[in-house]
Amino acid sequence: MILTGRERAWIAVKRGASALRNRWFPKPASAPLLSQKAVAGPVPWVIAIMTALTVVAAAGGLALGSIARTAEADLAGGVTVQIAGPAQDEARKQASAAVDALRQMPGVRDVRRLTDAEREALLRPWLGDAALDDGEPGDDSLLVLPELIELRLTAETQDGGIDAIRKALAEPAPDATVSADMDWLAPLEGAISALQWLAVALVGLLVTATAASVLLASRSALAANHDTIEIMHLLGAHDSQVAQMFQKTAGMSAAAGGAAGFAVAQATIIALGRRFADLGPGNTAAGLHWYDWIALVLIPVAGVALAAFTARVTVLATLRRMP
Amino acid sequence: MSPDPSPLDLAAPGFGNPTGPIVRFENVGLRYGAGREVLSDITFKLHPGRFYFLTGPSGAGKTTLLKLLYLAQSPSRGAISMFGDDASVLSRERRTQLRRRIGVVFQDFRLVPHLTVFDNVALPLRLAGVAEEELVDPVTDMIEWVGLSRATNQRPSTLSGGEQQRVAIARAVITRPELLVADEPTGNVDPQMAVRLLHLFTAMNKMGTTVVLATHDTSLMHRQGDAAVMRLEKGRLDDPTGVLRNPPDRKSAR
Ligand SMILES: Nc1ncnc2c1ncn2[C@@H]1O[C@H](COP(=O)(O)OP(=O)(O)O)[C@@H](O)[C@H]1O
Ligand SMILES: [Mg+2]
Repeated sequence: MILTGRERAWIAVKRGASALRNRWFPKPASAPLLSQKAVAGPVPWVIAIMTALTVVAAAGGLALGSIARTAEADLAGGVTVQIAGPAQDEARKQASAAVDALRQMPGVRDVRRLTDAEREALLRPWLGDAALDDGEPGDDSLLVLPELIELRLTAETQDGGIDAIRKALAEPAPDATVSADMDWLAPLEGAISALQWLAVALVGLLVTATAASVLLASRSALAANHDTIEIMHLLGAHDSQVAQMFQKTAGMSAAAGGAAGFAVAQATIIALGRRFADLGPGNTAAGLHWYDWIALVLIPVAGVALAAFTARVTVLATLRRMP
Repeated sequence: MSPDPSPLDLAAPGFGNPTGPIVRFENVGLRYGAGREVLSDITFKLHPGRFYFLTGPSGAGKTTLLKLLYLAQSPSRGAISMFGDDASVLSRERRTQLRRRIGVVFQDFRLVPHLTVFDNVALPLRLAGVAEEELVDPVTDMIEWVGLSRATNQRPSTLSGGEQQRVAIARAVITRPELLVADEPTGNVDPQMAVRLLHLFTAMNKMGTTVVLATHDTSLMHRQGDAAVMRLEKGRLDDPTGVLRNPPDRKSAR
């Protein structure tokens, strides 16, 4: 066969490219040297189940955290002043004096006295229409509704701001009680934080269990492949070649399991999220943000990395025992 | 049946110094664990390009001796030199390189169970980084040569003992090794196939491969008149032809 210079050059280029490819992507990566099923054993199933459990638990923890944070952001800095006790006229007098005093205080903004209609609306669920509605709003009805003043503290004055307000109101409105809105949240927050700690502990246990079962499953699958490892070794495979083969095969099987487990968990989370969203507005997808999803994806990714790493370490240790 | 050497027409292996021995055993002894010595005072040299039979009754230590030859075992005492390197001080990397110059037919075949016949035979080439398009033809030819073309895509477990043995042989010779070590490679095949396989080893030997073949089969040994015979008896080597210590001149031997 007579080749033109161009054809020869083309062949040389192709040879060079194939040599480089072999160097950077050693052949075992593409050749079917190992069967996926034989190497993986039960690892994909273990990873799938453990991933699903861990992701759901972690999602629960993250959602609780995000709900708590949302509530906190709404309530932080909010202060309510209530004037209850004295007769209506006296209460009104004290309220307007309090508003005047508060408006002059530094670090206090958005001072707003609730209108009669608003106050009645707030109380209606507890008192019912009968107690409130037998006259015009604000009429001297059976009940004297407490005066309510809302305000917000700026960020700098949040610490000790409540005490300053109490002092400032002592004279103009002696019947005022001052409370931070956060205090309302305190018992709920305690419950949420307890649940969150529970979720953290649960996720910690599940991650440990996942790691342990991936480790054990990988090791037993590899023990079953002891002969194959030895054959490769005797046929002149480099340790790194054998390790790479097993690592890749184990990683791919684990990835399949991790993906399946994550898909199940995701479906569960979204379904649960819908239920929670039905409870009220603002709780979309169980309160998970995109960065929460990234944290969740890291769980199966870590499982895959662990399976591949275990395969590598186990195979290298097995090879070390062979002369 | 005449041997067809075509599957052996791969690129010639880079042979080292062709004159010195490629293997040298000096007072080698081996015991498994704390047991008695399975091999004692083994001393011999293997010369490049020659054909050796290793015989002896079952349990004499043939397989153990071959394990030392293919670097699967280290001796308890004595010195072994392979291709001019002291085997006791080989780096791991160097041992791997030397293994690639040795083809082995294991007594128990050692095929990879979840790989097809083709993939088993291709394995040494793939480990050596031979490109896929370059290995298809030699592997196919070699499988055809050992008479297993119809089983190319079957798993070893679907084959008879004799067929598995032929796969093992094909895998051992596919890289055209400098040294071929075969542990009773005709133990499971009919006499006709045994002769055919012997032709394969002879053809390889003619092209320069040093062959060490452990066997009980005396008729096989008679067919290969110019081969040296090593006889193992209870772990000791006896050298009926004296050929191991003082090799005859190759020309006069042929
Ligand atoms: N892995 C081993 N551990 C302990 N003893 C062994 C082992 N392999 C072989 N032996 C013993 O070494 C002796 C020689 O065995 P072997 O080399 O297989 O002989 P042959 O191949 O000639 O039949 C036998 O007594 C056998 O029991
Ligand atoms: Mg034996």
